[in-house]
Amino acid sequence: MKLDCKHVWEHISEYLDGTVDAKLREDIELHLEHCEICSAILDSTRNILILTADDRTFELPVGYSERLHERLKEEIEKSKH
Amino acid sequence: METNEAGLIARILAGEKELFHELIRPFERMVYLTLISVLQNETEAEDAAQETVISAYRHLAAFRGDAKFSTWLTSIAINEGRKRLRKAKGAAEESIEEQEEGHEGDFTPAPLTDWREIPLEALERKELREALRSAVAELPGIYRQVFILRDLEELNIEETAQALGINPGAVKVRLHRARMMLQKRLVPFLKTTAPARRGFFGRAL
Repeated sequence: MKLDCKHVWEHISEYLDGTVDAKLREDIELHLEHCEICSAILDSTRNILILTADDRTFELPVGYSERLHERLKEEIEKSKH
Repeated sequence: METNEAGLIARILAGEKELFHELIRPFERMVYLTLISVLQNETEAEDAAQETVISAYRHLAAFRGDAKFSTWLTSIAINEGRKRLRKAKGAAEESIEEQEEGHEGDFTPAPLTDWREIPLEALERKELREALRSAVAELPGIYRQVFILRDLEELNIEETAQALGINPGAVKVRLHRARMMLQKRLVPFLKTTAPARRGFFGRAL
């Protein structure tokens, strides 16, 4: 089946997650081969996901871990009595 | 890894309480990010993260092991975050935050012209990270939470659904919309005149 761009856009997310079925995957890939617009949308979305998963993008407050374990230590001590 | 986790939990419950520090360490980043996705305030999120961990410690005996420990912990964090939201905003606004995804709105991606696969170095740019952080912060709550659990914490669809108390279909719809909204927002930052290098990135599935 020949897919139009809009149809491909609806499945971009699932395509990236690898949850589209084999037939649809094949149709999407066929479309991507000759459609620069959809390829660009796919690439840019994928780049956003790579950047999101990068630990440097979303950082923890400085000293977060130390404060957390300090609080936990107090709680554990308390629970012993 | 999984068995080590179960082993740790058994030992903690049997009395080696200090081991809870070790149990929680791999998840402390996840707990904070879950709470920032709900509360959108660093101080509040940190405070709520501490409460979440304390609550998990106190209720560890109630953890059955039928869910993953990370999913159980995320559910506690979500509940803690929502409790604080209700307190801060009152019931009226909470209902807005909890709204269902409607059919209205434009969730199509932005087409790019003159696009070339951007090179790895471009993703290193600091302003790109900042733009992504603010774009995520500006997503409506229902989309932001799903996006953070799935694409940042890398929970699967089922785990995300469990943690948020919604069905897997809603996770998929919200995730797709969140990603498309971010794509549209970030297109100006992702454009580049670098030479084409197709297939440079492959994302593990």
